[in-house]
Amino acid sequence: MPENNPQEKLAFTYPARGALRLVLSGDWQIASITPSLDEAIAELKTHPEVTEIAFESSQIGDWDTGLAAFLLKLARECERRKIRLSPEGLPQGAQKLLTLAQAVQEKEAPAPKVQEPFLTRVGDTAVKVWNEIKSLLDFLGELLVSFTRLLKGKAYIRKKDFKAIIQACGAEAFPLVSLISVLLGLILAFVGAMQLRMFGAQIFVADIVGIAMVRVMGAIMTGIIMTGRTGASFAAELGIMQTNEEIDALRTLGIPPVDFLILPRVLALVLMMPLLTLYSNLMGILGGYIIGVGMLELNPVEYFNRTQEAIGINNLWVGMVHSVVFGVIIAVSGCFRGIQCGRSAAAVGEATTSAVVTGITSIVVATAIITYICQLLGV
Amino acid sequence: MENKPVIEARDLTIGYGEEIVMRGLNFRVQKGDIFIIMGGSGCGKSTLLKSIIGLLEPLAGKVLYGEKSFWEAEAPEQLKIMRRFGVLYQGGALWSSLTLAENIALPLEMYTQLRPKQVQDVVELKLALVGLSGYEDFYPAEISGGMRKRAGLARAMALDPDILFFDEPSAGLDPLSAKLLDDLILQLSDTLGTTVVMVTHELASIFAVGNNAIFLDREAKTMTAEGPPKQLLKDSRDERVIEFLTRGEKPARRA
Ligand SMILES: Nc1ncnc2c1ncn2[C@@H]1O[C@H](COP(=O)(O)OP(=O)(O)OP(=O)(O)O)[C@@H](O)[C@H]1O
Ligand SMILES: [Mg+2]
Repeated sequence: MPENNPQEKLAFTYPARGALRLVLSGDWQIASITPSLDEAIAELKTHPEVTEIAFESSQIGDWDTGLAAFLLKLARECERRKIRLSPEGLPQGAQKLLTLAQAVQEKEAPAPKVQEPFLTRVGDTAVKVWNEIKSLLDFLGELLVSFTRLLKGKAYIRKKDFKAIIQACGAEAFPLVSLISVLLGLILAFVGAMQLRMFGAQIFVADIVGIAMVRVMGAIMTGIIMTGRTGASFAAELGIMQTNEEIDALRTLGIPPVDFLILPRVLALVLMMPLLTLYSNLMGILGGYIIGVGMLELNPVEYFNRTQEAIGINNLWVGMVHSVVFGVIIAVSGCFRGIQCGRSAAAVGEATTSAVVTGITSIVVATAIITYICQLLGV
Repeated sequence: MENKPVIEARDLTIGYGEEIVMRGLNFRVQKGDIFIIMGGSGCGKSTLLKSIIGLLEPLAGKVLYGEKSFWEAEAPEQLKIMRRFGVLYQGGALWSSLTLAENIALPLEMYTQLRPKQVQDVVELKLALVGLSGYEDFYPAEISGGMRKRAGLARAMALDPDILFFDEPSAGLDPLSAKLLDDLILQLSDTLGTTVVMVTHELASIFAVGNNAIFLDREAKTMTAEGPPKQLLKDSRDERVIEFLTRGEKPARRA
């Protein structure tokens, strides 16, 4: 019995000119090492006169689909080279497997994926981006129409769902927002204190933390947390509904999915974001206070007064504007990606990822725009 | 039976984007029919159904409901047409965040003036019709696949629609449940006069309930046969139709 050495399992003999016989021996199993097709191809290359291939398999040991896989590849190669393949010398079962594999194929086998030329890919990407923008605008339009329906009292929103969403994206987000915001306040105060101590101006730590948190950091931090927490969950929920045909079922009932699924989510987040941001501001200031009073030994009352003076109503407004805008962005990107989702588990994963990416990117862009506008307005 | 079709397809071409799945579809569904759309796997049955029920715009041609062309109608008109039918999707497609009772109640709340108590009564009745009494407060994730299908049927029937659409209602059911579902469909069409359009490749169902059918051929990319299933089995000359209807056991070679 031949060893488990692939070379010895496959031998080539020539009973007549132009007729190649493959002699198979030993075990041909998926789990064992079988000869690769390359050897056979190399043999064919050195003997271009071959027009017919036969088999001799009286010495073959155990075999399974490992053999069939080899044979199928060989058969395809033969077809390309216009060589006749006569399977008679193979074990009965292997002949049948080969026939089966070659028989019924999906009529139009999918076109093999080829790397497109560079310019084509650029063009394709541009078209894709353009289509994406168009469908986003469509989506926003639908949302707006749905919102006007709501104002007219015609949109169908279930109170129970709305409450559940508020609960999930509001109350349940408090612990995480607290944690991150306190940490942010601590860091801001600590870094500020190191510098300010050199001038003996420690008390300005209160200004730094207060203004930074209230004007923008609180909103941004809350925005990023909510993108990861809620935006992603919106995308996943809607994506799975899409996969389960639940959204189709709404459509055929004449219930606009936008009214039923998206509007409550957007509204809930737009309501909750300012509240969460206010809370985050507070927690950030608390973090600053811990450093200021605990480490720098500032007077607590003085710290409090300093903070109050520094913040000012303008900063508070700017922060609130940020938070509302972020609320819209997060909810829209989550829902948009969810609705766009394809119909597979992988598509749901992609939808979730791109909801987070879209959300965070848009938050950054929006912050830049708002900052610029504030500068123009001088607030 | 009157001769005005409830649904009529005229030169319908369906597909996704630029890819044509089927073309040249012409057929009529009469009132009270149990109309079967059959064909091999992946030939475009679900796609055709989607184009008929208003989820996927056809690439060309018309779908007429009575006199009205669905895809040329204005949105409110489309809604009015859609209100007339109920759909059972391949996987049931129950709304996962709602209980079974709420699933069935939703269309009722949307479109009727019933009071909450009355809605409750109707819901109970519909669930009883599909043999799911007592499951009102279960969520779709808490019941079996077959039960989900039946609950989906109850929801499709919520508004007593004129037309019921089914996408492979018996796929994934055991033979007995499949038979019960067939019986239910027959009874509905008998007692309420509901028109049924059903996608299926379950031979038993096709012969048991279908009184008219079309066969979609994947290679020809169009429909290659139309008529009552039993008659098709007897008279069809098309090899693939015969093969399909006999599970390939009689590759017909008849003159
Ligand atoms: N969303 C889609 N986008 C592009 N092509 C699709 C899409 N859905 C289905 N197809 C293609 O359309 C063709 C018909 O699919 P369809 O789902 O209508 O088949 P079917 O007859 O319902 O099959 P089955 O009996 O397996 O449910 C298939 O070739 C499929 O690849
Ligand atoms: Mg299908």
